[in-house]
This record gives sequence, C-alpha cells and structure tokens, in this order.
Amino acid sequence: MSILVQPNTKVLVQGITGSFGARHTQLSLAYGTQVVAGVTPGKGGQLFENKVPIFDTVAEAMRQTGATASAIFVPPAFTADAILEGVDAGLDLVVCITEGIPVNDMVKVKRAMEGKQTRLIGPNCPGIVTPGRGKDSHGGCRIGIAPGYIHKAGHIGVVSRSGTLTYEAVWQLTCRGVGQSTCVGIGGDPVNGTSHLDVIKLFDADPDTHGMIMIGEIGGSAEEEAAAWIKSHCRKPVAGFIAGATAPPGRRMGHAGAIVSGGKGTAAAKIAAFREAGIGVAPTPSEMAETLLKMM
Amino acid sequence: MNIHEYQARQLLAQRGVATPPWEVCDTPEAARTIAARLLADGANLIAVKSQIHAGGRGKGTFKSGFQGGVKLCKTADDVYDKAKAMLGNVLVTRQTGPEGRLVGKLIITLAPDIRKELYMAVLLDRASSRPVVMASTEGGMDIEEVAAKTPEKIIKETIDPSVGMMPYQARKVAAALGLRGELMSQATKFLLGVYTTWWECDASLVEINPLCVVRTREGKEALLAVDAKMSLDDNALYRHPDLQAMRDLAEEAPLEIEASKFNLNYIKLDGNIACLVNGAGLAMATMDIIQHFGGRPANFLDVGGGASHDQVAAAFRIILQDPNVTGILVNIFGGIMDCNVIATGIVAAVKETGLKLPLVVRLEGNNVQTGNQTLAASGLTIIRGDSMADAAQQVVKTVAAI
Repeated sequence: MSILVQPNTKVLVQGITGSFGARHTQLSLAYGTQVVAGVTPGKGGQLFENKVPIFDTVAEAMRQTGATASAIFVPPAFTADAILEGVDAGLDLVVCITEGIPVNDMVKVKRAMEGKQTRLIGPNCPGIVTPGRGKDSHGGCRIGIAPGYIHKAGHIGVVSRSGTLTYEAVWQLTCRGVGQSTCVGIGGDPVNGTSHLDVIKLFDADPDTHGMIMIGEIGGSAEEEAAAWIKSHCRKPVAGFIAGATAPPGRRMGHAGAIVSGGKGTAAAKIAAFREAGIGVAPTPSEMAETLLKMM
Repeated sequence: MNIHEYQARQLLAQRGVATPPWEVCDTPEAARTIAARLLADGANLIAVKSQIHAGGRGKGTFKSGFQGGVKLCKTADDVYDKAKAMLGNVLVTRQTGPEGRLVGKLIITLAPDIRKELYMAVLLDRASSRPVVMASTEGGMDIEEVAAKTPEKIIKETIDPSVGMMPYQARKVAAALGLRGELMSQATKFLLGVYTTWWECDASLVEINPLCVVRTREGKEALLAVDAKMSLDDNALYRHPDLQAMRDLAEEAPLEIEASKFNLNYIKLDGNIACLVNGAGLAMATMDIIQHFGGRPANFLDVGGGASHDQVAAAFRIILQDPNVTGILVNIFGGIMDCNVIATGIVAAVKETGLKLPLVVRLEGNNVQTGNQTLAASGLTIIRGDSMADAAQQVVKTVAAI
C-alpha cells in the first residue's frame, strides 16, 4: 500500500504538449506510470508520442480513459483555471507542479475548493512518487518531476516542501537499503493545497507506512501544526529537518513561502516544536535517514 | 518587490484612502515650492521624508553626519535646507545595514495635528489561506513588539476572498479601534480602500502605521494615513505593468540584479564560503550545514532545476564578485539533470574565471560517475565531497587553513 497514488493509478497530464510537461510525461511513461491521457485545449484528437490520447477538456479525458489523478504543467497565468477545471471534473487528485502562481490566485482556488472532494498537492512542488517493485523502482506511480530511479519500494513516508531536499532524503534511505511507501512534495508556496499535517495523517493511517521523514523550512507555521498533532496522535516514528536556520529575516529564500516575517516562521521555533513533539531532529541534512533509522 | 512610500500613497489615494496633502520631489528647490504652497494653504508644520525601502528613517543618520531621515519644518526655507541635506546623500537606518541607501526623492507633506495613533495592515494569513485585516490601537510602534507583549491589542478580521471585505467587517474593526460617530464612516471607507488596494495590486503587504486621528483646522476629527508601506507579490507582477514600472533598481543589491538576469536566485550574506546549489530547499540546507561545521555562508544561490552551462558560468562570476569570498562549495543533487553536464559547466567556469580560491564539489545523482571523472580529468584543483556533510567539512577546513 501507499498513500494518494498506487502503481495502477491512471494519470492525465494538463499541459502535456508544453516542453516541460512533455519531457516529464516521457519520464513518467518510462518509469512505468499509467499516464493514460493528456489535456491541451484545441489539440483534442491528437496523440502524444503516438500513444497517449490528447483531449480538449479534463472531463472528456476522464470519461474516455478513467483517469483519476492529474499533473499540471501549464504556465502560471493559466494554472488557477487548470486546477479548478480538474476540481470541476471530479478528479480525486490534482498535483500542480507549476511555479510562480500569483498568491491571490491560489487564495481564490483554495476558497473555491472548499467542500469539494478533490485533493490538491502543490503548487510549486516536485509531485508524488509511489515507488514500484521493478529495477530502480520501475513500475511505480510518478506524478511530477522527481527522479524515479532514486526511489525503492518500502515503508517510509517522506513529506517535504522542497524538491531537491526530498531527493536527498529519499536517496539517503535508498542507499541504506530502506524503501519508501510514498514521497510527497507539498510545495514551497505560502498557499498550498495539502499541508504537512494532511500528509502525516495519511501516513499515520496507512498500514504500509512504518515511519516518516518530514522536511520543513522557514516561513509560516505548518510544521508547528503538524508537530502538535504528532505529539498527541501519531503512532509512528517521525524524523525531521528544517532548512533555513541561517536565512536572514525578511528575505524570501527562493521559495515564495520561505520567509521569516514579523519574527514568525523561524527555523529555531520549528525545531523547538519538533523536539517538543518527540520528532527526531536531524542535526544536518546529511543525517535525515540515519536519524529516522535510529528511532525505528 | 518593495515600493516607496510615495508610490504606495499614490496607489492608496486612487482607491479613496485619505492622507494629509503631500507631493513628491527630487530637488531642494521643488521641496521649497511645495512647502510654500502647503504653508499658504494653512499648514503650520511641514514634514520632509526621505524615500528609501527601509524603516527606521526618522532615527537614521546620513553618512554626511546629518541626523534624521524625516524632519519637521516651520518655513519653506528650512524645508529647502533639510531637503538639500538629504537628497543625494546616503541614509543609514537600523534596517539598511551599514552601507545605507541613497536618498533620491522626498515626500513633502503637511504634518497634521495628531490626536491618536493607530495601526492597520492587510496581509495573507497563511494558516487560513485567506486575507486578514490587522489593526491595533497601539499605532506608531513596532507592531511585532505589540503582538509579542500584548497580543490582546491586535485585532484580526479574516476576509472571505469570494466576496472581499464587507462594510460590516470594516465597521467591526472601526468599533474595536474606538472609532465611533463621524469617524466610523470615515474608517469604513478607509479600511475598505486599503483592502481594495491590497487585493487589486496583488500586494503581499499594505501597512498603515501610523493611521492617525487628527484634528483639522475646522476643529473636526479626521482619519488619515500618515505613513504607508507596501510590498508586492513578484509572481503577479506580470499582470501589472504599471506596478512593474515602480521597481527601483537603486534599492536592490547589484549582484542580485545581475543574478536575476540569468534566472539565478542569489541573496548575499555576510560570510566567506560561497555556495552554488540546485533547488531552494537544498540551497538553504547547504548554508545551514556550512554553519553547522563552523563556517559562515557568503550567499544563498539556487541555480534551479535545469542549470545550463551559461547559468553555472554566470553563477561563478557573481559569487566571485563578492570580495569576502575565500572558498566555494558546489552542492548539486542531479535528479533528472545530468551530473556530467554540471561537471563540464563547472570546469569551463573555473577556467573562464581563472579561479584561484579553493573549490569543493559534491555531485550526486544521475550520471554522477562520469561527472566526477570529468572533474578529475580537468587537471584543476577541485576537492571532491562524498556527501553534503563531507563537502561542508572540507570547505570549512580548507578555508580555515588559508
């Protein structure tokens, strides 16, 4: 088992004909992911790579192919529209890779998604991987831009705001022979669809996940909220790392959400919350896997 | 992106937010003319305000020795003298750092008869993903301090973005601020105007501090914005050409401007170990691990997910322009990116820049063996780091030995 996606999850790609979307769709297909449809308005009826049918709308793509999850690669100005199209069509899961979406667009999207069944992951995230059992974890479900081969099927859940830091953690696990149930990049924007806590709850409820690595960074209070829940509810070991202890206050560190403002969102406060909750804090980003494995 | 107070005042005025009469100028002569006009219109006191993107102006000091970036004057000639002392000079405040900022423009404004100083701001509440209007009776002070010491004095009103701020919400805030009677309707218009400015401009912050209850010449009470601070969401600038035009490059660090031309995300810090990393999270973590092992990072530098040869070369050039740098750490997790492409880029950049400083490179991921071979075969003195921790320790040790 795993969370959010399984190897047999049928995936469609919104923005499949753009260069970024096309490149990563090829990589997902090569990884063995069930990419069953693409959506590019006006290009319905064409085929991607001579095999994946392209549709004009998400609703048509779902009806014709049975896709339940989507990856969004459209440019930032069109992303709010693409997400809400997926929500309206009734997808279970929308994973938005696009970086650079205006914050107010996401504020409106989140409001419009209240009460809807669709879960949004991202935006500005590397996506989700549930590793497969083949060579280099082939045969898994890869939605997004993460390198597939660094994974290994297993029982550790990974959740992070950052892409490369997720890969770092995953690779540390895989190099120690420890596999992952699912790896989720929730994205570096201040407004996102799914929080650390949402993912932690899913991992806690997943019988196939035996421990978790939670990677956070400066800005906001999502890590503190997750830590508070872990302290009183979580039944599984959690190790964590917070990036940005050396970041100057008031400066945005690459990610739109990575900013210490008004004295809030500091690494020190988040690390303290982790410790208070019994989360194993990795002293350096090189020791994320080791910290968790010592707890298990 | 941050904008100046005078630009924020323009945007607010367009949406009905009241301020004392003011004008912006860039010469002492113009300052005198504006002051004379305000005095003729009945002003008793004129404020001269330096325009820089930093707080603490009033208590700042010019490099010339002149005290104060905000001055009160009674005559047009005094305004001229103060303007002359400020314009073209560098103002150092607690927020500018020792290098300070060049003052190129001034606001000349009527200094009103202030009866009460309040605070208001509009910003994003990340926990609810909704806009929030914040207000306090403790105006004119550092609001972070107020929030820390007396959180009960902070009023918060969350806005539903599907309908925007409703008048009743503005009245609630006004009542909590003690603005009743005639002032309540003024406050409603004021608060709605500030919220509309925040929303329509895709701002990340609009802050009015102080928001003042003043006594007018007619002896009535009025509500005015006496200062305004505003920053904008960079992601939304594409749909606001008018706001893009407000960018003031003189307020930005030259190296950061150059980096942005190559789509590099660079932030200068005050350490001596430069780093070049792919991905924002890993870049922050690399700074942290340098410090963990006793070094001091010189910068944040994210070359992005698909760093090209040109970007790596530009990154090296930018890093090397920082005179404090005595060593470089390259940390790349090449997931999709081919490590050999990065290695080739590093070798070319080192040759191009004639690099003399110690360089530690840690490559991991796709095609890493070939990448490391390329580095080894280059004939250059490149120290290889086996892991992030190993690389950080090596660079700290090497730099310390110089």
